[in-house]
Amino acid sequence: MDLSSLYVKEGRAISRAKGSLLVAESIPGIKFNEIVDVQLGNGEVKGGQAIDISKEATIVQVFGGVSEVDLARTKIRYKGETLKLPVSVDILGRIFNGMGEPIDGGPRVVAEDYLDINGEPINPTLRQPPAEFIETGISAIDGLNALVRGQKLPIFSGSGLPHNRIVAQIIRQATVKGREERFAIVFAALGISYDDASFFMRNLERTGALERAVAFINTASDPVIERISTPRLALTAAEYLAWKQDMHVLVILTDMTNYCEALRELSSMREEIPSRRGYPGYMYTDLATMYERAGRISQKKGSVTIMPILTMPDDDITHPIPDLTGYITEGQIVLSRNLERKGIYPPIDVFLSLSRMIKEGIGPGKTREDHNNVFMQSYAAYAEGCYLREISTIIGAEALGERDKTYLTNADEFEKKFIAQGEREKRTIEDTLDIAWELFSALPEEDLKLIKEEFIKKYLPKYRG
Amino acid sequence: MGKIWRVSGPLVIADDMKGSQVYEVVEIGEEGLVGEIVGLEGDRAIIQAHEDTLGLEIGEVVIGTGRILSVELGPGLVGSIYDGLQKSLLALGEDIGPFIKRGVKASALPRDKKWQFIPEVRIGDAVSQGDIIGIVPETNLIEHKIMVPAGIKGTIKEIRKGDYTVEEPVAWVEHDGEVKELTMMQRWPVRKPRPYKQRLDPSGLLTTGMRILDYMFPLALGGKASIPGGFGTGKTVALQQLARWAQTHLNIYVGCGERGNEMADVLYSFRQLKDPNTGRLLQEKEIFLANTSNMPVVAREASIFVGITMAEYFRDMGYDILLVADSTSRWAEAMREMSGRLEEMPGEEGFPSYMGSRLSSFYERAGMVECVGNPERKGSVTVAGAVSPPGADFSEPVTQNTLRIIDALYSLDVSLANKRHFPAISWLTSYSLYVDAVKDWWNERDPGWENTRASALRVLQQEAELEEIVRLVGPEALPESDKLLLLIARMIREDFLQQSAYHEVDTYCVPAKAGLMLKTIMKFYELAQEMLNSGVGIESIRSSPVVYRISRMKDIPNENFEQSVGELWSEMEQIMVNPKH
Ligand SMILES: Nc1ncnc2c1ncn2[C@@H]1O[C@H](COP(=O)(O)OP(=O)(O)O)[C@@H](O)[C@H]1O
Ligand SMILES: [Mg+2]
Repeated sequence: MDLSSLYVKEGRAISRAKGSLLVAESIPGIKFNEIVDVQLGNGEVKGGQAIDISKEATIVQVFGGVSEVDLARTKIRYKGETLKLPVSVDILGRIFNGMGEPIDGGPRVVAEDYLDINGEPINPTLRQPPAEFIETGISAIDGLNALVRGQKLPIFSGSGLPHNRIVAQIIRQATVKGREERFAIVFAALGISYDDASFFMRNLERTGALERAVAFINTASDPVIERISTPRLALTAAEYLAWKQDMHVLVILTDMTNYCEALRELSSMREEIPSRRGYPGYMYTDLATMYERAGRISQKKGSVTIMPILTMPDDDITHPIPDLTGYITEGQIVLSRNLERKGIYPPIDVFLSLSRMIKEGIGPGKTREDHNNVFMQSYAAYAEGCYLREISTIIGAEALGERDKTYLTNADEFEKKFIAQGEREKRTIEDTLDIAWELFSALPEEDLKLIKEEFIKKYLPKYRG
Repeated sequence: MGKIWRVSGPLVIADDMKGSQVYEVVEIGEEGLVGEIVGLEGDRAIIQAHEDTLGLEIGEVVIGTGRILSVELGPGLVGSIYDGLQKSLLALGEDIGPFIKRGVKASALPRDKKWQFIPEVRIGDAVSQGDIIGIVPETNLIEHKIMVPAGIKGTIKEIRKGDYTVEEPVAWVEHDGEVKELTMMQRWPVRKPRPYKQRLDPSGLLTTGMRILDYMFPLALGGKASIPGGFGTGKTVALQQLARWAQTHLNIYVGCGERGNEMADVLYSFRQLKDPNTGRLLQEKEIFLANTSNMPVVAREASIFVGITMAEYFRDMGYDILLVADSTSRWAEAMREMSGRLEEMPGEEGFPSYMGSRLSSFYERAGMVECVGNPERKGSVTVAGAVSPPGADFSEPVTQNTLRIIDALYSLDVSLANKRHFPAISWLTSYSLYVDAVKDWWNERDPGWENTRASALRVLQQEAELEEIVRLVGPEALPESDKLLLLIARMIREDFLQQSAYHEVDTYCVPAKAGLMLKTIMKFYELAQEMLNSGVGIESIRSSPVVYRISRMKDIPNENFEQSVGELWSEMEQIMVNPKH
């Protein structure tokens, strides 16, 4: 399908080209920030965006640069409207590119509505605080960093770490207790390799989730500018399914690092004043306007849960990409190269990981009454053990006292029994909590001071008989 | 009426704007987006748009409103939830549903609601700016004082008791033969501090129910504090706790460029939780501003000033107000965004050079004052702002500029947060310059406060020094007295400083309980030292049942505490002084 037929208006008289920026005469009717087509002198068509409009000039950023522009014959074609996604329930089971066009060989979607891909902010007074526990079957997540519906919880990974396998496991296993509800998965591939994208697609196919999934694919070889619109298209589809079709939608965005690199590239071409390490100052807001589209809304049945994946450059969590993300999302699941080297799957660093919504999702009626206490006590015990492990690398474990040795061993056991599990192993939350209690058995009982005494009497294996 | 000449992000330039003034509010385009003039060049106005400019076109109309960006003040504020420009989000939700559309309007104070006005002055009384002419019982906790607005002076010609809306006149003031109507509502420009008679030094403890604040690093009424910390270290929870439990008359929570779900959680919990002192719902003493991170950036800049103006207004009634702002970094970033568009000379990390002075123009509005008008009264505004340093690196410009202004620092430590030691306020790098300001307050209630506080801080300091040795030789190689010190330091950290916001009892700890808790630990230290001296080993001290009892002090409710701790002390003296028995 030739997209240019949709572009109804044309502007000419390009006066200057500078880097990727085209300065044209004022174009009446063009909208601020709209996506345009730039037809070069040689007939080639490139994408662009109207980033500054005035009565004197229109500045269009051309994606892919404008070095060979023949100014006299270049045309800008525009629609006079911002990018919209055609939606209907027929988007389920379909695959689109970063402009929202089908790439699976199927027909165009017969639209029930056209939605602006930027969405609109949810009124905070009408948000429903997330409260439904999603059981992923993974102890390090369910027990210590629980995911709830309507949360935005990213995975901070490093190159070569098994984030794709973990997300695939979550997609396979995730359930919400006692509910049979309509769910959907929206998947956006952002500048990843074709192989990684098809790993996800195959996975969805194998679990039979494909017909309830929508995919937006922008691989490494696709245009960079479409990397900016791809996640927005995905979120627009997710919002439609959640708020109009009452579905519980899980959105997977991978790899957001590629998205941020694209943002940086476009910003530096615009010669904007950079903030940290060359990333634009508005990156926080830019990411927030996407991630904030997660949530639940009162009076509406559906929900949008977002799980972005990003690779931390140099495994550095203070790098602007993970840093700004962590400032926006409701926690993060951080993968550790160290645990991976020890052969632990999933290699989740529970100290750096956090779920800010855990307290909303757990407890009596949701998981189990002792969950909150178990979670706090597990952290305290593991932190103590890890601290002693650090000391003992210098002085040797023999030099520790009896109590300290117990904690040291306990930390190892915690990694082997609690964090580590099979890629096909689906633990119920009760299994997860019971493993934690098993580990508490090795500790002096009076040290369990973060647990209510009644729970100790009820759940500590020695009292359970 | 002007026309759009240029659009570049939140920057809009309009032609034909003759007669406009700087800071005037304008309506942009067909949708009437709110903007504010930040500069004039001939008849061309430079405008910052407080709403998203996506899709605007050249030539669309721009209309001046003749008004400066200002805050509506009057009954109806308490319990309200506003966006950064003081639009009522509850009203918007009712009007247009769950998504916020651009350009929609919603007034801050409800226009149709009638309030009971009870006059406090009589016909013939001379009144001027700031005088209280009547009161409105706004909520069970807040008696709204209606004050004479700026610029009005004269004698009361008529005043009416009864139920009125905020737009209906309730009093008439005559001056030089001219009569002016007074309503219960007034306006105040957001960027202009409200006047006071005299500034006073911050004094008296702002009770927060958080032990590490109240006992260790106290905040005084009228003070200014900052909470910097990397993501996930507990800024938001700390500010929420302050807004919940601070024993002030009214609290203002400004969510500036942060999460929607967090706001939803705050709003929800304030409808459930009760003030420990009065037993009333917290929302009866709270105002919320929610300008979340996905709302337009420029309005963040206004939201902080809108909040502080409301705080001053209630201060002027003679109340103690706490304003918390989460996060001032997002506010500073909004300034950076606008400054970049205006092509101003960037300072450090792209922030404008006036960022520091803008920050202090906010914090400087905190303080304790003698209010303008009769009857004589004192009021205070205390401010606590979160700072979100990139990469948790405190050397960045917003943190550094803030440190120059504030007098209490609660510095959050990533490694404490990772271990889930909350609040993750570092006892080694935090400070409060209000120790003298609250000395009298504490001494009246707890004469040993200064000493207990100082000795506990000393133990923690010594622990930090010993820590280096421990890493070299191991804990077992230390002399017994040092092992004891490490035990006590651990007890102070875990059994006193650590305080979960989610613990049903421990979430709010009255200062008296805090004092007794720490005294108990220090008493234990004293007795344990005696035991060491008389030859008892550290192992048997460590495994004493008293240690366990102390670790459970947090679970004891505020009301029963004194009695329970009394029992603990006698047990302690019995088994520790005579270990053989
Ligand atoms: N005082 C506290 N008590 C218990 N948990 C806390 C406390 N402070 C922080 N936390 C935990 O840490 C998480 C992050 O805190 P938050 O205040 O949201 O961090 P920040 O605003 O600094 O990013 C919370 O979701 C909560 O789980
Ligand atoms: Mg926060």
